[in-house]
Amino acid sequence: MANERPDPKRIDEATGTNFVGHEWDGIEELDTPMPRWWLWTFYLTIVWALVYVVLYPAWPLIEKGTEGVLGWTSRGQLAQEMTAADQSRASVREQIAAIDIEELRGNPDLMRQAVAGGAAAFKVNCIQCHGSGAAGSQTLGYPNLNDDDWLWGGDLTAIQATLTHGIRQQGDDATRTSEMPPFDGVFSQGEMNALVDHVLSLSGKAKSSPVGAKIYADNCVICHGASGEGDRSVGGPKLADAIWLYGSTRADIARQIRSPRMGVMPKWDGRLDPVTIKMLAAYVHSLGGGEDFVETAETADEAEAVEVNEQSE
Amino acid sequence: MNSQSKTPHLPGSGLYEKSRTVHNKRIDGPFRRFKWLVMLVTLGVYYGTPWLRWDRGPYAPDQAVLVDLANRRFYMFGIEIWPHEFYFVAGLLIMAGIGLFLLTSAVGRAWCGYSCPQTVWTDVFQHVDRFVDGDRNARIRLENAPWTWSKVLRRAFKWTIYLIIGFWTGGAWIMYFADAPTLVHDFWRGEAAPVAYITVAVLTLTTVTLGGFMREQVCIYMCPWPRIQTAMMDEKSLMVTYKDWRGEPRGSVKKAAKNPDQFGDCIDCTQCVQVCPTGIDIREGPQIGCITCALCIDACDRVMKDIGRPRGLIDYATLEDCEREAAGGETRPAWKALLRPRTIAYFLIWASIGMGLLFALGVRSHTDLTVSPDRNPPFMLMSDGSVRNSYTLKLRNMESRPRRMEIAVEGLAGATMWTDTIAREQAAATQEMEVPADETLTVRAYVQAPEGTPAGEFTFRMTSLDEQRETDTGSTRFDAPGGEQ
Repeated sequence: MANERPDPKRIDEATGTNFVGHEWDGIEELDTPMPRWWLWTFYLTIVWALVYVVLYPAWPLIEKGTEGVLGWTSRGQLAQEMTAADQSRASVREQIAAIDIEELRGNPDLMRQAVAGGAAAFKVNCIQCHGSGAAGSQTLGYPNLNDDDWLWGGDLTAIQATLTHGIRQQGDDATRTSEMPPFDGVFSQGEMNALVDHVLSLSGKAKSSPVGAKIYADNCVICHGASGEGDRSVGGPKLADAIWLYGSTRADIARQIRSPRMGVMPKWDGRLDPVTIKMLAAYVHSLGGGEDFVETAETADEAEAVEVNEQSE
Repeated sequence: MNSQSKTPHLPGSGLYEKSRTVHNKRIDGPFRRFKWLVMLVTLGVYYGTPWLRWDRGPYAPDQAVLVDLANRRFYMFGIEIWPHEFYFVAGLLIMAGIGLFLLTSAVGRAWCGYSCPQTVWTDVFQHVDRFVDGDRNARIRLENAPWTWSKVLRRAFKWTIYLIIGFWTGGAWIMYFADAPTLVHDFWRGEAAPVAYITVAVLTLTTVTLGGFMREQVCIYMCPWPRIQTAMMDEKSLMVTYKDWRGEPRGSVKKAAKNPDQFGDCIDCTQCVQVCPTGIDIREGPQIGCITCALCIDACDRVMKDIGRPRGLIDYATLEDCEREAAGGETRPAWKALLRPRTIAYFLIWASIGMGLLFALGVRSHTDLTVSPDRNPPFMLMSDGSVRNSYTLKLRNMESRPRRMEIAVEGLAGATMWTDTIAREQAAATQEMEVPADETLTVRAYVQAPEGTPAGEFTFRMTSLDEQRETDTGSTRFDAPGGEQ
């Protein structure tokens, strides 16, 4: 069998088809014709490809590829989709722009939209200092935004004001400013130890002494309060709680008394539009430490300052 | 064997074969009547199902069978499938697959012959041909006739009917994906979604192309199933068989009368070829073009009856039976081929998957609680020294009514909880919330534990506040400064 080449002109008895001439162990291949429509389908795919090459970007050239008559690009499509997304968001942004920030909480749907928008803006503008989880950094002195301790107030209006004008931002009259004076060389080592003890005693972490209490009463009470309750109107930090912006060890506290660190938060007015700032305030408020708004003379001023600012946009 | 009836693929006839229209002749008989019945049932199910109603109360659609893609729900009478339960659909598909195995091992290509949509629709279109152009001979004459006005009109009329059938086929398909009466109304007013019109257009086109023009070409060239089936058939599978030991050599009744004992039972009347919807000659033996619709059995039995010979020259038989019969053995009834270890094994597998699915359906819970702790930051120190962790809770309510759920923190001494909608001032160890009907409610929960609480595991327990009191728990971790103690 191996030396015999089968005759390709032979015709298979059973089917009437001629053989191709290939044979494996007595099994031979028949030259069964393909259906004609299959051929036409194949031609159709070629035509399709030609049309596609003309209509769409196809051939890579040296500088750039062929562009296609339709002018379609993936970047163009992205831009179109982004515009469409912006347009679909426009009504939400308008509603947020129109509503008073304190009324956001009474409108859960809008609040949810604002929090989502704020979360997105936070990831672009805020995580550089406050961290992606908004937990801040104690070593670097960036405040944690999740907790319930607020230097300047934790209601929506106060957060919005802080965002708009920043903290210790030069060139902004409405910025939040406080200053802890340096006491380097003012106290002896013993006095310093007594003062640190007294500060720690405010949260029950150490025993106070008459010397420490006297130094505290003479120098610190005006901003931090007699029992370390702080004063938000001047940005005086609470000393009687468990949260320490620059660290809670004796060394941390002593260093902060001698040569205080004072962080700067940039104002976002002018860099972000008022709606984004409002959404950011909603997001920060939603992190778990947000407070209810209580009308006082100062908060009224703040709200006014924000309002004036929005109008000037 | 007679080579006259074979398709001539002679040398030099080209690489490609022009397709020939099959003009099958009308036939009546038990198998044809069974085919009518299957067609009636399958088409009835296909066109009728979307119109069945099923009351599910005010929060869910009342269409008995509905694939609600927008809301990601699949309704089938009393069963509602959520995306996470897609394994039920997978199970049904596996059952369908094994069902085909079962069918093939028991009755050969019965799926192809009776209930495959390609077969059913081809049958419909062939009946349209017969209705418009007459039976086989008239249709052959018309095809070979020149294109006169009368032929053009006839063709136009026929193809219009094709289009209408195609349109109804596509139109019925989209009814499974939306509320049928509303969709019909919207569709004709031009208010339905663009995808509805596109789907109908595509399905109209494919129905007309595949059922009206491609027909048996789909079975012979395009469908993988005949190829798979040839691998699954064995000597015990039922096939439509021409009993050549009884039929050969062929000869007319006259010739046989002149020379008794020289000719077989086949009188070469070619009725079996004329009625075949795929245009094959079953007398050439088993072949891929045979979908085992058994119309040739009907045709042959009728001829045998007319000339007074026993029926069954062409019949359902297994290869094993054929060999026994050819050797002079007894004819075994076809149903005896059904019960054998292989078919029983397939049936048991098929049935146990079905029972498993039913069981899973019976015991599935209609509530679910998923807890995922926020890891950034892992915990939060509060100003009074207590520690707060936050969690994302997902409360799933699969009932079609809103339900009140109680969420309790268990295994964390002194812990209180509040959420993004329950204020911190109302923090407590248990909270109640309303989960909307047929929805998953996502809640951001804050859990605060007193100063000094060590890190460790604890549990959220969800209980439905109704007579069912379904509960589910989610174990998670509470993180604290200093870690575990």
